[in-house]
Amino acid sequence: MMLFGKNKSKDDLVVRGARVVDPVEGIDSVCDVRVDAGTIAQLGTSLDANEHRAVDGAGLVLAPAFVDPHVHLRVPGREDEETIASGTSAAAAGGYCAILAMPNTEPVVDSAAVLGSLIEDAQAEAEIPVGFLAAITRGQEGAELTEMAELADHGAVGFSDDGHPVVAPGLMRRALQYHGITGRRLALHCEEPTLSRGGQMHEGAISAELGFAGYPSVAESVMVERDLSLAAFEGQPLHLLHLSARESVEALSRAQAAGVAASAEVTPHHLCLTDEAVRSLDPNVKMNPPLRSSDDRTALIDGLRDGTIGSIATDHAPHARQEKDVPFEAAPFGVTGLETAFAALYTGLVDPGLIPLETLLERMSAGPARAYGLEAPRIAVGAPANLVLLDTAATWKVEESGFRSRSVNSWLLGQTLKGQVRMTVAAGSVVHES
Amino acid sequence: MGDIHVMREDFLPPKQPPRRHLISIGDVTREDVERLLATARSFSRSLEREVKKLPTLRGHTVVNVFYESSTRTSSSFELAAKRLSADTMSIKAAGSSVDKGESLKDTALTLGAYDPDVIVIRHPQIGAPQLVARYTEAHIVNAGDGKHQHPTQALLDLYTIREEVGPLEGMHVAIVGDVLHSRVARSNIQALTLMGAHVTLVGPPPLIPRGIEAMGCEISHDIAAIGAADVVYVLRMQRERMQEGANYVPSLREYTARWGVTPERLRPGQKVMHPGPMNRGVEIDPLVADAADALIEIQVRAGLVVRMAVLYDLLTTGPASVRSPEPLEVA
Repeated sequence: MMLFGKNKSKDDLVVRGARVVDPVEGIDSVCDVRVDAGTIAQLGTSLDANEHRAVDGAGLVLAPAFVDPHVHLRVPGREDEETIASGTSAAAAGGYCAILAMPNTEPVVDSAAVLGSLIEDAQAEAEIPVGFLAAITRGQEGAELTEMAELADHGAVGFSDDGHPVVAPGLMRRALQYHGITGRRLALHCEEPTLSRGGQMHEGAISAELGFAGYPSVAESVMVERDLSLAAFEGQPLHLLHLSARESVEALSRAQAAGVAASAEVTPHHLCLTDEAVRSLDPNVKMNPPLRSSDDRTALIDGLRDGTIGSIATDHAPHARQEKDVPFEAAPFGVTGLETAFAALYTGLVDPGLIPLETLLERMSAGPARAYGLEAPRIAVGAPANLVLLDTAATWKVEESGFRSRSVNSWLLGQTLKGQVRMTVAAGSVVHES
Repeated sequence: MGDIHVMREDFLPPKQPPRRHLISIGDVTREDVERLLATARSFSRSLEREVKKLPTLRGHTVVNVFYESSTRTSSSFELAAKRLSADTMSIKAAGSSVDKGESLKDTALTLGAYDPDVIVIRHPQIGAPQLVARYTEAHIVNAGDGKHQHPTQALLDLYTIREEVGPLEGMHVAIVGDVLHSRVARSNIQALTLMGAHVTLVGPPPLIPRGIEAMGCEISHDIAAIGAADVVYVLRMQRERMQEGANYVPSLREYTARWGVTPERLRPGQKVMHPGPMNRGVEIDPLVADAADALIEIQVRAGLVVRMAVLYDLLTTGPASVRSPEPLEVA
């Protein structure tokens, strides 16, 4: 077991007449889908509803629900910013049937005790299943490995020091060697701290003009190259978190071609925005890694399209209002994203023709599941119902009042987006409708 | 409840024009600069009179909030406001509620409650003036925000060059030293290029920010490049940033040897400027600082009339230099 949530009643359902799209199963046709007690029972036309609730899917897209491999639920420690209940409720509204939570909490998830209490909380309050990553090093301090085998036995879905790199190459090598016995993924935040120190935004013409200390793209890519070299040397897989730079994508592509089992993720904000956005000095475009150049953005989109980057991750990072309502330089890194990811990417990438809808759906669902060795949501008879019903024609305005998340630090506030989640079914239960 | 349509747009009273601020040189046009410099010049004549005080801004309130130490900028703004008969109030971070952990937002709300007409703010963080603009109704003047902008410094430098050297169009200015950490450099590059001047940045590679040539200036790492300039603008070498281990330059000694502005490196008659405070013997040789061709004290005097012009302009006519954060477009 790697995912934990509330025990919910399994629903009976027939979704009629939607365009059913499952890129992995190779389905793209208008048909009905019947769910019996939370399990997909039949695909076909004019299906008998019997006692089931019928949902009109005409004009809508029914797809495997999304998996977010990178969420900050802020528990334990910052329940004012997010909780398991509020974060999973936000995820359900965003079309997700599973999310993975990062361990950089207070305290850090680096022991079976902390992990165990989170799993208990998830079983009591998570609206959709949650997986918890544990730290690679104790306290994420980059000195000693956590007890990875025990953490895996207790349900850790993977290991990450997200928020911090594993600075010492020798320790990174040991982590790669040892984690192999757990069968769980290492997820790496690649940042060379002596190159990024003090950096507020991407280093380039705009940081030069605005006067911000730069966080150059090479601070990420040198660490990506180092970790890929170590993974190749040890013959171990790894997952690269939130890639932002062209050089990182190119290094990943070379490593994959050479046979390294490396996966990677990219965020909606890195796919939609560039460092131009920082001219607004809005603290809601301050994140780590920072928004990069237009050329980097192009490389990320290309990498997503050709599959070099297999996953989209929100890096949903809630922050208290008072922490973001300060000058840009004083603000913490991070933005929310669970409730806006699909709409932002539909508006920013699919609608303008930069990537096909099928690719977006795959990278938001099967891609991240595969990266962590989870069963991918799919639309097939006998599979648990993990479904999202999408209205790709609807437009809506992103407003503070609409968020289920406890935090409102979204880079999309005030914007009108195209694409709306109408219904989410997670692990056989309807968890969101609008 | 449906939408309520009260009345047609053209029946409504005219909307207030957007509040005008001076936060960045990037917000002003060439015409704005021309008008400000002309106003400054007329104020400089008024200061030659026996009674230097003008009644122009009587009844207006100007609040100076300084979160960083400053001698010339804060005194210059205060005197500028007083010369125009405005009521002034100066707040320094040390000894204020800031020491007790008050956020900038709350300080802005507190000061805003007194309905000041202008808030002049200096703050170590980029974006502080925008934040204050968001939470008060006052006109905001940026007196320096982090390494970002110091627009009144750039305006007083334009004024000084025009009065003392000649027309800005075609003027060649070499800016020498620590550009990386300098808000003065950024504002001046924008202001000088806006007015048609030609700018060359000269300094050690780690102190010239990557990509800054996109602002329309040239770059040289060789001090000999100042030879071609009409004006040599020397930046302060910020000792606090040059601590051991920072490695922007190996040592101040080597910096001075390579990039110090000395009499030998200047042509006769070449004008020298410096925003102050100077490190004599580091970025500028004392003989250069005290030479007749140095415009450094003239810059300080220009600061007074230019700041008078800025206050006057914001509260009377002036530029539509509003730049509030707009919602971002999904690219």
